[in-house]
Amino acid sequence: MKIIVCVKQVPARDSVLRVRPDGKWVEESDVNFEINEPDAYALEEGLQLRDAAGGEVVVLCAGAERAISSIREALAKGADRGIHITLAGDAVPDPLATARLLASAIQGESPDLILTGLQSDDLGFGQTGVVMAELLGLAHASIIMQVEVAGGGLKVKRELEDGWFQYVSLPLPALLTIQSGIKKLRYATLMGIKKAKSKPVQGIDGAGGATFEARPEAALPIRRVYPPQRSKQIQMLTGAPEQVAAQLLEKLRFEARVL
Amino acid sequence: MSVLVILEQRGGVLNRMGFETLGGAARLSEALGVPLEAAILGDGLGDLPQQVARYGLAKVYAVEHALLAQYTADGYTQAAEQLIRASKPALVLFPHTYQARDWAPKLATRFGCWLISDVVDARVEAGEMCFVRQLFQGKWNADICAPTGSLQFASLQAGAFRAAEAVEAAGEVAAFAVTLEAAAIRGKPEESFREAQRSVDLSSAERIVAVGRGIKEKENIALAQQLAQAMGAELAASRPICDNGWLPMERQVGSSGQTVAPKLYLALGISGAIQHLVGMKGAKTVVAINTDASAPIFEIADYGVVGDLFQVAPALIDQIKKAKA
Repeated sequence: MKIIVCVKQVPARDSVLRVRPDGKWVEESDVNFEINEPDAYALEEGLQLRDAAGGEVVVLCAGAERAISSIREALAKGADRGIHITLAGDAVPDPLATARLLASAIQGESPDLILTGLQSDDLGFGQTGVVMAELLGLAHASIIMQVEVAGGGLKVKRELEDGWFQYVSLPLPALLTIQSGIKKLRYATLMGIKKAKSKPVQGIDGAGGATFEARPEAALPIRRVYPPQRSKQIQMLTGAPEQVAAQLLEKLRFEARVL
Repeated sequence: MSVLVILEQRGGVLNRMGFETLGGAARLSEALGVPLEAAILGDGLGDLPQQVARYGLAKVYAVEHALLAQYTADGYTQAAEQLIRASKPALVLFPHTYQARDWAPKLATRFGCWLISDVVDARVEAGEMCFVRQLFQGKWNADICAPTGSLQFASLQAGAFRAAEAVEAAGEVAAFAVTLEAAAIRGKPEESFREAQRSVDLSSAERIVAVGRGIKEKENIALAQQLAQAMGAELAASRPICDNGWLPMERQVGSSGQTVAPKLYLALGISGAIQHLVGMKGAKTVVAINTDASAPIFEIADYGVVGDLFQVAPALIDQIKKAKA
């Protein structure tokens, strides 16, 4: 089975984010980057499917030069090869532009299965996978918690809201967006990291691609980014842990009366 | 030109988030000066379209077909595409449900658009529609603006817009016939199900102590357990904790878990991503303890402590015990 896993490189979860001078995005020079967590789960699922059924896992990433570190990490965890669509400049592509870039790289590969995380931790539009499936003319299912290869197709477990689930059968080739927690994530081994250095990574120039030229509006129309307003009046409690605890209990008992 | 809301129903019952979407949509249709319309897809809708027509709508399209009896992305997309090509709305809105996430982006792609998803506020200004949505798991907001002349697709988050209310005058209900091909529907869904009978009903809990990533290790769950016990609270968690298997899934609060409304919700090391917040926004009093002062949980908390939960929680347990003694 040939599996393509799309991963995105995003600012690390614990990053302290600063607004870029133009007010439209984060100052990227002072954050660390990591593989988008839901994509890490998609990679894990892809690796386990390959280990069970044979074939290869290709990791595909569209991002700045720095994104090569996330591709190498995926290779260290066991992906067989990588494709890096390099994006230059400050513009953040909209989800359709990103999906078009990824889909054009996938077209030449003719995979059996494409996996993505269900959403990115930075933009969180939650649609690149679904859009890609439409562009490639493939069946898809989203927010998947279990994948079974059955009778030349797939049987997947979709997560619905409020603790509900549903099994859906799909023909192959197909695209799935994977929910976090589908499997336990593996760590890269030292041997894996060593091997990753010699695994092939194909580079594709994303800026030269048709996306922004054909659709100059493909840059995400973010007017400005800013911290949200608090919807409640919050009381911040400060001091040593014992003092904070005493204040809090006092407030919960006699002000909020909930304890 | 209209604002078209594509509502979600299951078994002839409207997903209640739809009323909030209608509320937000009414504001936008007024600002744009275009009528507000809705569409309901399914089979055997009964009088649901007539009921919905009383919520401030000019028109409700009843889109019925045997192949729409059960939701499929392929079936719904084909049907809605035909409706949009015929009715030519200026803006198409969805409630931001898991189902909308599954097919609305596919539909938008057919019109060369993408879905401005998970919108928490929207306004029309200077010839533009501006949608406010969160970035970085709720740490920031972003204004995303597009000219009013071009077709847009957006989905509205739960709890962000005031629900529409029924009025005396009902709008028109129109059947919209669609042509669907069974062969074009590739996914074969089975009946939805719940994993197992829930042994924990968090929705009736008066007090909840909930843990998030800040708890760091499985062994530390015991500390939260002790605090919950001291406070007479149920123990709950955000998604990553249950994903790791540190607590069972049935103790998860959020869009994929339980929705709770306790008197007291104490969030230990929970950053407050929107998927978590939608499950606990109804809590009367929220306490947040987190090392990150910019964590979005503080935006909805009544009492906040920027600090180390491993110091604050033991101090709380101590003092509760002392007070009881």
